[in-house]
Amino acid sequence: MTQSALTRPDALDPPPPAPAGTARRRRGQGVAYLFLSPWIVGAALLTIGPMVASLYLSFTDYDLFDSPEWVGFDNYATMFTGDERFWHAAWTTTEYVLLSVPLKLALALAVALLLNRPRRGVGLYRSAFYAPSLLGASVSVALAWRALFSTDGTVDEVLAGLGIDTGGWVDQPRYALLTLVALAAWQFGAPMVIFLAGLKQVPRELYEAAAIDGAGPARRLFGITLPMLSPVILFNLVLETINAFQAFTGAFVVSSGRGGPSDSTLLYPLYLYQRGFTDFRMGYASAMAWVLLVVVAALTALVFRSSRRWVFYAGEDR
Amino acid sequence: MTTSGKVLWHVVVIGVLLVLLYPVVWLVSTSFKPATEVLSTLALLPREPTGDNYAQVFDGVGEFGVLHYFRNSLLVSAGAVVGNVVSCSLAAYAFGRLHFRGRGPMFGFMMITIMLPHHVVLIPQYVIFQQLGVVNTFWPLVLPKFLATDAFFIFLMVQFIRTLPRELDEAATLDGCGPAGTFRHVILPLLRPALITTAIFTFIWNWNDFFSQLIYLNDAEKFTLPLALQLFVDQATESAFGPMFAMSVLALLPIGLFFLAFQRFLVDGVATSGLKG
Repeated sequence: MTQSALTRPDALDPPPPAPAGTARRRRGQGVAYLFLSPWIVGAALLTIGPMVASLYLSFTDYDLFDSPEWVGFDNYATMFTGDERFWHAAWTTTEYVLLSVPLKLALALAVALLLNRPRRGVGLYRSAFYAPSLLGASVSVALAWRALFSTDGTVDEVLAGLGIDTGGWVDQPRYALLTLVALAAWQFGAPMVIFLAGLKQVPRELYEAAAIDGAGPARRLFGITLPMLSPVILFNLVLETINAFQAFTGAFVVSSGRGGPSDSTLLYPLYLYQRGFTDFRMGYASAMAWVLLVVVAALTALVFRSSRRWVFYAGEDR
Repeated sequence: MTTSGKVLWHVVVIGVLLVLLYPVVWLVSTSFKPATEVLSTLALLPREPTGDNYAQVFDGVGEFGVLHYFRNSLLVSAGAVVGNVVSCSLAAYAFGRLHFRGRGPMFGFMMITIMLPHHVVLIPQYVIFQQLGVVNTFWPLVLPKFLATDAFFIFLMVQFIRTLPRELDEAATLDGCGPAGTFRHVILPLLRPALITTAIFTFIWNWNDFFSQLIYLNDAEKFTLPLALQLFVDQATESAFGPMFAMSVLALLPIGLFFLAFQRFLVDGVATSGLKG
């Protein structure tokens, strides 16, 4: 699989030539739609329909039991001007994204560079480093996290041993969010594997030429590896950002669904869940979902726009 | 590279790995600690290892033993696996090989749905399932998989199908196979690695999933493992921490086993398609 398949997933092969004769072609089309029918039904009933409905609901008051009542822009107005917890959740999520995504990607890249060597057992290491990516999404690990970062937990004790007194992270508004950041960063295995795949695509000749020119490790990293890896960095950045905005399980488990202490772990999806499924304000929750969609889409677009300046595709002129 | 350099490399890698895997080792070891040790000591290994925590969990968490929740999780995950493998392979074959009107726009839309935050469809989907009267059953968790809503796997399989030589399709056509025959006799057998990757990831994601299960399942009888664990925590006093960790370990066990058995498929699946962990 080539790198471009990863970083330009929208490119589809040209359609295969149609079989001769209109009748056969039409029959061929029918068969194609038959193969696609589960997806078409799903896209219509579970994606497009619900999207339209959720946009409509966002302009209503809806408690799930009585029919939705049109309130115009009330939900949005309340959200932006009358709901401190909304702004708090938005800010907490921003902080979470800004801290966890770069940390996770930096770890992923560092370990990928470390493992990108022909050494005995490197495949085994690769798998072992990937394992937390699978485990970390579970309630089990979130519970372990809660215990490890609680007062008198392992992290607290280790830091105390180093002379740093934090007094447990989970129960303190100042540090509780960092518990979740650590949990996210711990799952760096998936982007690491993608980085490793990207590193395999970097032509060896470039390094040989650089060695002849007497370039040191730092110059090789910044002059060759990072530019050649930039499409994969872009891919991981977009994917991890979108994911980070939707983080839920860790925050829910660590705070028992409340987002505490003092709302310090009230991530946006958790607040959305509370509004919709605890307070039964489905209209408000829908409006929150649309704000999330717009923010994520805008950020993704922004990253892609900026990428023209820093992403380098091999075979393209600069 | 000198020998000492290689040794240093192994030392660094193993050192980082030990720190990384510490939480998992700690979790497993704590699950074997007697109640007196769970909170009072930070020692990694239990001084007096015991299976009591596990015995308690099998006896019952709330009304049911852990095996009941295991069964529920298994039903949900297995249903999702069958749904994803069937529906996504059908769609992938159409996108990857067949000619039809609207192919480009439909594929583009499919790719967009991969990036779409699921919160924008969450509430209307919930309303639909509520109207259908299937909230508090496994249907809302399984049915969408049969409608190819995990578009990531369609993408994975399309990518894979594109690497298969077209000549095979043409040969099948010459042998009198229509699209359905080509799919069954040519594509499907060759697609096996991608199908396995899809099956394993679907299983693990759904085994781990918390959000959908939290929303759709209300009664303890219908609870899956993640929900039972959460319920347990909310009710637990400090003396129940041991059993809680025992249950956590049991919940991780299938993922661990799948991982050990299929690590190559998992890692390659991520590398080629950018699937998440």
